[in-house]
Amino acid sequence: MSQLLLSASPHLHGKDSTRTIMRDVIIALMPSLFAATLLFGWRTLAITAVCVASCVASEYLSRVAMKRPQTVSDLSAIVTGILLAFNLPVDIPLWQAAFGSVVAIVVVKQMFGGIGCNFVNPALMGRIVLLGSFASTMSEYHLPLYAPADAVTSATPLASMAAGEELHYSLLDLFLGNRPGSLGETCILALLIGFAYLLYRRVITPVIPVVYIGSVFLLSWLFTGSATVAFYQILSGGLFLGAIFMATDYTTTPVTRGGQVLFALGCGLFTVVIRQFGSLPEGVSFAIVLMNIITPYLDRLTMPRVFGATKGGARK
Amino acid sequence: MNKYAETFTKGLLKENPTLRLVLGTCPTLAVTTTAFNGLGMGVAATFVLFCSNIAISALRKVIPSKVRLPAYIVVIAAFTTIVQMLVQAYLPAIDKALGIFLPLIVVNCIILGRAEAFASKNPVVLSALDGLGMGFGFTGALVLMGGIRELLGNGTLFGWPEGGLLPPISIFVLPAGGFFVFGMLIWLTNRLSAKHDPTYMPRTELGCAACPHAATCARVSCEKEAE
Repeated sequence: MSQLLLSASPHLHGKDSTRTIMRDVIIALMPSLFAATLLFGWRTLAITAVCVASCVASEYLSRVAMKRPQTVSDLSAIVTGILLAFNLPVDIPLWQAAFGSVVAIVVVKQMFGGIGCNFVNPALMGRIVLLGSFASTMSEYHLPLYAPADAVTSATPLASMAAGEELHYSLLDLFLGNRPGSLGETCILALLIGFAYLLYRRVITPVIPVVYIGSVFLLSWLFTGSATVAFYQILSGGLFLGAIFMATDYTTTPVTRGGQVLFALGCGLFTVVIRQFGSLPEGVSFAIVLMNIITPYLDRLTMPRVFGATKGGARK
Repeated sequence: MNKYAETFTKGLLKENPTLRLVLGTCPTLAVTTTAFNGLGMGVAATFVLFCSNIAISALRKVIPSKVRLPAYIVVIAAFTTIVQMLVQAYLPAIDKALGIFLPLIVVNCIILGRAEAFASKNPVVLSALDGLGMGFGFTGALVLMGGIRELLGNGTLFGWPEGGLLPPISIFVLPAGGFFVFGMLIWLTNRLSAKHDPTYMPRTELGCAACPHAATCARVSCEKEAE
């Protein structure tokens, strides 16, 4: 009998599987990969290939080493690899990108039980570990190929804003991605195309991205007193990449609608606080990881009442 | 194995104070950024542990049981002060690197733990051996951890070579890397000592009841209701 697991009705068959969802996410990331290749050159593809290959190899080898069922075919390691690559600057040495991928898959994901059991987003944690390990290469940003300047590397718009310098970029530049930054974060247009595809395929709901970006806009406006600066704030840094692709990860974000709103508000608050008052120019990854950690509590806080149960939650 | 040898060797791996008993984690995590700091901390703590175990064991029939903890702390504090003065006088570099953690040996729970659990109940020679064994286990764990963190985080080992053997991955010198290396070493010692432990059972054979999440697990409560 122990082989039979009874679950409550309704017994509906859904055609979605982890694999089809991950395939949709990969498709949604393709416009950004194309844009990043246009903006930063062929090295984008090399970094993405190294990240994806080391993520897939780490996933496969950890499952073999831990004698657990093989999960490499669910494509989730490929998504982690692409997302991690999108969080890296174009000049990063390839072995450092591979190191980040191994940390993301082995330490953050597989050591905690594999897909569905990781307590924070693996790609973001990989980025944070790389930031802690190689601070110099991780904060040296190449200018895009079409940038109107003679320099090769430059401060990101967020870093310039934090330093109080004047910005050389128009809002259109920021929207199209014509500014220094991590590979996948700069082109907002491509990210929005991916967002639209994910919404169309119903892979994600718009709650978290909209609330997250909206709260960053409003809080930036509140703290700086200027709507223009608030527009610059939401279009710079990794906000759109984080809000669309990282803060909507099923495993590490709340299940309930109320929990998702709280999660997104918390992300927005931490992002703006780190950007405005912290020592780092960017706070998206730390904000999402912090909120990932308290996700179980958000779910518990916003758990809907069982039909027919009393207010205390006890079953009658 | 006679009891003297056993008392000495149990601290090395089987009851290793940091890696098996998880005592003294504060100095373990804080000072092991280099192998040399780990060695300095380990030797200083071993000296205090050895001397305080002897003193407390010798005084075990004199100290009234009601005031034993303050009495132990006075003895430990005396030896810690001696160590601190010696290190300040002869090894100022170590003193600078260990900082506040050198005087904090007073409240190192390994030392107080051995005084309470062993030295207060056993004769002097055994207590001395226990202190040495525990001290060597502590020193070994600290040097190992400091060595790993220094090699990966700074590329050197005991400060050698100048330029570094490996490209540094600085997160290993940061607190996050300390916790990671500490966790991996605990895992490794648990694996090593599990092989020699007849009472050890792999987790899979313990069933769901032993899982820390059993109280809230949907599967366990479903099975209970089905019964």
